[in-house]
Amino acid sequence: MAIIGNKKYQERINEHLAKYPDKRSAVMPLLYIAQEEYGWVNDEGIAEVAQLCDMDATQVKSIAGFYTMYSEKPKGKYWLQVCTDLACALRGADELHHELLHELGIEEGGTTEDGMFTAEHVMCLAGCDRAPMLQCNFHFVEAVGGLTMAHLRELIAAARQDDKTLQKLIAKWRDEVNKQVQQS
Amino acid sequence: MSETKHILLRWKDVKADFRKLAEYRKHEGFEGLKKALAAKPEEVIDVVKNSGLRGRGGAGFPTGVKWSFIPKQEPIKYFVVNADESETGTFKDRLIMETNPYQLLEGLLIGAYAIGAHTAYIYLRGEFWDIAAQLDACIEEMRKEGLVGKNILGSGYDCEIYTHLGAGAYICGEETALLNSLEGKLGQPRVRPPFPANKGGGLYGEPTVVNNVETIANVPWIMTHGADAYKAIGTEQSAGTKLYCVSGHVKKPGVYELPFSATFRELLVDICGGPSVEGRSFKALLPSGGSGPIVPLNDKVLDTRMSYEDTAKIGTIIGSASLIVMDDSVDITWVASKVTKFFKHESCGKCTPCREGTYWLDKVIDRIMAGEGSERDITLIENVAKNMAGITLCALGEFAANPIIHTIKQFPDDFKQHVKKDGKAAKPVALPAAGD
Ligand SMILES: Cc1cc2nc3c(=O)[nH]c(=O)nc-3n(C[C@H](O)[C@H](O)[C@H](O)COP(=O)(O)O)c2cc1C
Ligand code: SF4
Ligand code: FES
Repeated sequence: MAIIGNKKYQERINEHLAKYPDKRSAVMPLLYIAQEEYGWVNDEGIAEVAQLCDMDATQVKSIAGFYTMYSEKPKGKYWLQVCTDLACALRGADELHHELLHELGIEEGGTTEDGMFTAEHVMCLAGCDRAPMLQCNFHFVEAVGGLTMAHLRELIAAARQDDKTLQKLIAKWRDEVNKQVQQS
Repeated sequence: MSETKHILLRWKDVKADFRKLAEYRKHEGFEGLKKALAAKPEEVIDVVKNSGLRGRGGAGFPTGVKWSFIPKQEPIKYFVVNADESETGTFKDRLIMETNPYQLLEGLLIGAYAIGAHTAYIYLRGEFWDIAAQLDACIEEMRKEGLVGKNILGSGYDCEIYTHLGAGAYICGEETALLNSLEGKLGQPRVRPPFPANKGGGLYGEPTVVNNVETIANVPWIMTHGADAYKAIGTEQSAGTKLYCVSGHVKKPGVYELPFSATFRELLVDICGGPSVEGRSFKALLPSGGSGPIVPLNDKVLDTRMSYEDTAKIGTIIGSASLIVMDDSVDITWVASKVTKFFKHESCGKCTPCREGTYWLDKVIDRIMAGEGSERDITLIENVAKNMAGITLCALGEFAANPIIHTIKQFPDDFKQHVKKDGKAAKPVALPAAGD
């Protein structure tokens, strides 16, 4: 499918274009929509975004390449980004990252054979007080006292079951964290 | 510290859920905006000026003064909130937006009114996907009550607020890179002048104010309670309270709101419970994430007030107040390496000293880390770092020099123990273990 003329995105595309006095400003939100449709930022997506924002495809491509959250190659269904920056690393994030790759049987940035998981390490995600932590498809995964391999095994098993089970698990951890914040 | 008055985390004092508009309104919510709209824009600017409020994005620039730079005669102006929050160890703006979103939105409207802007953007780091959605929902709630859009609260003043998600680039927190990114260009800093407040320098070339989330979230309280009440909190040159982000080796990491007059000891020992592992002691502190100078965490530092002027006296900055605490198990060479890798990754590549400098620093530190470096390597990186500072387009070049210059100054032995002696390889750096 395409994003232009796709009912699923029509309203959002129009909203983004209306937010700015210059269409060009919509390039970032529209690249996210392209990524959502195609799973990564491919040439078709680039061409459509270029058309919508009145830009050259090469300009759009350079924007996509500048930012780390647009993927220039296909990714697994779940994109796990483990923070291994200083505050998290002081609490064992480097080790957790390596164990996760080992558990999934992939290299840094690789994708599991079943296409379920891509894993990589990233810089500070603004969750340093819950170190170590990660993001799964741009949603925070945090637990009280920090994530352990036991959490990650549970997360992998839940995702392999179905998306609902995974989201429920993440929400459960999230609720525990929120409770702690409200009580602090 | 039960008597501590919260400004940014007011919901703690009144025990209410400020994520709900009705709850927020029940507890002074939008009172500041009402007061502002009843006053002239320049009166609002004066109140903020007199309050002594300084920017919380790192540089501490007086907020009211910044607003007063906007030329009145220009028909189009923009107000932009910096919610990029990407400095290592910083997670305070996130907490404001997650727990007190309306206070940010109210402050934003007061600021926009004061400078005569009718459009405002909140630029959030890409990872704040859920927070942006929550803010969008809040804006729609406000619309239902006439708090945003046309004729706000019947005052005749119009203002629209939009959120914009970044996509993973630390440099977009730098205000001119942020404006480029918002315009759909590469997120690289601009040459100044013109400055964002000037015609030609802001968003789409129009005069623009860029303020940090925390800065703006102070504004409603200042309008409601007055400049004097705000100035009475904190220290002489650092008015008000600050959100301190504590991470690393303390028992209770988290975000804590304290007046600027509080000391590091009150926060790190009394509130955060001291070192996280029994039997260990504090060794070092990065008070402003990766970008500010590292200091030894000794009694002198612990007894220092966490204000702009007091931290300057101990050779560092309070900056964004992202306190990363390290105990005596940590090798500062490893810390310098981590932080250097961050800046190498985040350099936007526009200026040669920053792009090449971060590359070389990282390469040489890797060599030292492996026990393969020499004494000359330490001199080499110190020179590279010193040559980067002050000659780049934005402050990132300077930030990237800090970990080297200040580690060599404060912890010389940490580097030296890993360099070769008489041609023989030294002990490589040991990495911190999990669960510490
Ligand atoms: C490399 C770099 C990164 C920055 N990142 C941020 C950031 O994430 N958030 C922020 O508010 N300010 C950041 N700043 C500071 C902004 O450029 C700007 O000074 C600030 O948003 C102004 O707001 P304030 O006056 O309210 O502090 C950064 C500056 C530099 C040089
Ligand atoms: S100092 Fe570094 S980050 Fe800043 S503009 Fe130059 S290259 Fe880019
Ligand atoms: S260092 Fe990991 S979230 Fe900040």
